Amino acid sequence: MGSPRNFSILIVVVALAVVGCGGAASTTTSAGDSSTTTTAAASSVTTATAAATTATEPDSGFPVTVETGGAAVTIESRPERMVSLSATATEMLFAIGAGEQVVAVDSFSYYPPEAPVTDLSGFEPNVEAIVGFEPDLVVLSFDPGDVVAGLEAAGVPTLVLGAAVTLDDTYTQIEQLGAATGRIGDAAALVGQMQTDIDDLAASVPARDEPLTYYHELDDTLFSVTSETFIGEIYALAGLENIADAADPEGEAGGYPQLSAEFLVSADPDLIFLADTKCCGQNAETLAQRPGSDQLTAVAQGRVIELDDDIASRWGPRIVEFFRKIVEATAAIEVPAG
Amino acid sequence: MTKTAVGASPDAGPSGPVPPDEAGLPSATRLGGRWLLAGAAAVAVVALVGVSSGPIGVAPGRVVLELLDRLPFLDFDSGLSAVEIAIVWDLRAPRVVLGLLVGALLAGSGAAYQGVFRNPLADPYLLGIAAGAGLGATLAIVTGLGDGVGFVDAVPLAAFAGALVAVAAAGTLNARRGRTGSPTTLILAGVAVAALLTAIQTYIQQRHQESLRQVYAWILGRLSTSGWDEVLLLVPYAVVCMAVLVAAVGALDVLAVGDEEATSLGLKPRRTRLVVLAAASLGAAAAVAVSGLIGFVGLIIPHGVRMVAGVTHRRVVPLSMLFGGAFLALTDVAARTIQAPAELPIGVITAVIGAPFFLLILRRQEIS
Repeated sequence: MGSPRNFSILIVVVALAVVGCGGAASTTTSAGDSSTTTTAAASSVTTATAAATTATEPDSGFPVTVETGGAAVTIESRPERMVSLSATATEMLFAIGAGEQVVAVDSFSYYPPEAPVTDLSGFEPNVEAIVGFEPDLVVLSFDPGDVVAGLEAAGVPTLVLGAAVTLDDTYTQIEQLGAATGRIGDAAALVGQMQTDIDDLAASVPARDEPLTYYHELDDTLFSVTSETFIGEIYALAGLENIADAADPEGEAGGYPQLSAEFLVSADPDLIFLADTKCCGQNAETLAQRPGSDQLTAVAQGRVIELDDDIASRWGPRIVEFFRKIVEATAAIEVPAG
Repeated sequence: MTKTAVGASPDAGPSGPVPPDEAGLPSATRLGGRWLLAGAAAVAVVALVGVSSGPIGVAPGRVVLELLDRLPFLDFDSGLSAVEIAIVWDLRAPRVVLGLLVGALLAGSGAAYQGVFRNPLADPYLLGIAAGAGLGATLAIVTGLGDGVGFVDAVPLAAFAGALVAVAAAGTLNARRGRTGSPTTLILAGVAVAALLTAIQTYIQQRHQESLRQVYAWILGRLSTSGWDEVLLLVPYAVVCMAVLVAAVGALDVLAVGDEEATSLGLKPRRTRLVVLAAASLGAAAAVAVSGLIGFVGLIIPHGVRMVAGVTHRRVVPLSMLFGGAFLALTDVAARTIQAPAELPIGVITAVIGAPFFLLILRRQEIS
């Protein structure tokens, strides 16, 4: 459990005020203190400007109003029949103990295993199919069309919790789900725990004069992420330097450039993280078989880390696990003497 | 399978009857010796440019020495570091070779399709072959066949099968619906087949979203991460396809004057078409399977060749192969240097050049 201070701040802050910009839940609320003593990570900004809209007692304070992406959603009473079409939101809901309030999740929400997986698609949701579950709250990661409007017309409140851009977005979304499900305390506890874990892990990374470099692989055609992305932010917390930053300096590729194979070989990163073990069947062996791989130090030194695609792409509670892998791999490399 | 009407219309476009004056010339000129030389020179120059340029600067002179060193009985010290050698030899050289082969296959097949269908707008992309190959590759990927069973890579084979289904369907529809085999019905048939196959492909992709990234990566093109393995995979298909197409140029020229005339000259039009189509589909499918969907090469290269070097298949087919290869390898250089060290999908570049060219051809068609 996080520091008591964290906890209390969160209970007050909980709520709900997220000024929308750019569709995704944005970062007005970033609960927690900034005891983050890690390297220059984007998340160190902590503006606790959240305005508690409904100052009612936690865990019974319905109706609540949750603001996401500029839209205010009012939930009249504690939802008992939720539908989640976002794999990340599903992980968050179960992590704050709201799993029993969920009746259906989309086909990709297979974590945790007890999640009630259905055929519902999170990519092309069908309003009728969703309404068929008689939900009292629907959570989406994006609105691919008029799904929100359709659900609204059917009288179903809908939360859109878009892909996190920063770590703070993750915490905010957990808090929003806590408020929406009447589990404000649980959400605050989870956020506090995550922050503590991440801080502790970051603090355990040995200091280096020369930062280690890394390459995070999204697929076997060398699509990667820059430091501007959510994933890149996590690596930065471990003090790692991203080789892909050079490939998208202006952010034209949205932080997801495709690297040139010869650039990868010549950049020769210290660490290689494969986030395409599930999608594309990649592992340290297949990487070693690629043309030019014999020149990669990371391959020769066994510094290729196979990640679970899901853990390395969702912005839910398991980012702590993701970060732990990064930190362990980083700590395993000896700090050069002198 | 593709039963076009007896007696092509006199205005059959660029692949129409052989002009008598050209047909009567000595064979060396008919083949366009100078043009062949120019094509070979283009291939050689582009190959050199290809291995010498990329996001990582390596001195071109040393690259040449390094490549010469690879030849038997020659020994040079290029002075390149191990990393540079890996970049030149393991990463760039196979890409250049693949670019040449894929470009040659797409352009050569395009020229053959245009001849067989007597339609200047036919190309592997328009006839649904790419969609068929895409469906085949997607099926292989989602069923896990693509993970490599033994030494046979199932993805290109599946892509090939899909391409054959597509061309057979488009050709059959065309022959049934309009016995004249007009450009419009052919393209409509191709569009319909492509739409159907793409729909099926999308559905399968939708049902297997865990493979989405892999399928998408295949569609966008894999030239960027190819090595010698892919080259070895493509070579047998390329050899068969090119040999058959080059051998068939005479028959294609005879076919161009009409089925009746061709029959009277001892040619079996239906069988000839089948053989040429099978070879062209084989080449196009194999190319698409290793490179992904690269558009317009099969269209702009043969037409460019016709504009400058003449319309007989004796010239169009081999020259399309040479210039198509040079064009695609050069395009690939652009793909890896424009946004270096990031890659640009090669299909984007060919389409940016190809789409306006395509519109130009359409306009010329209308005017004539």
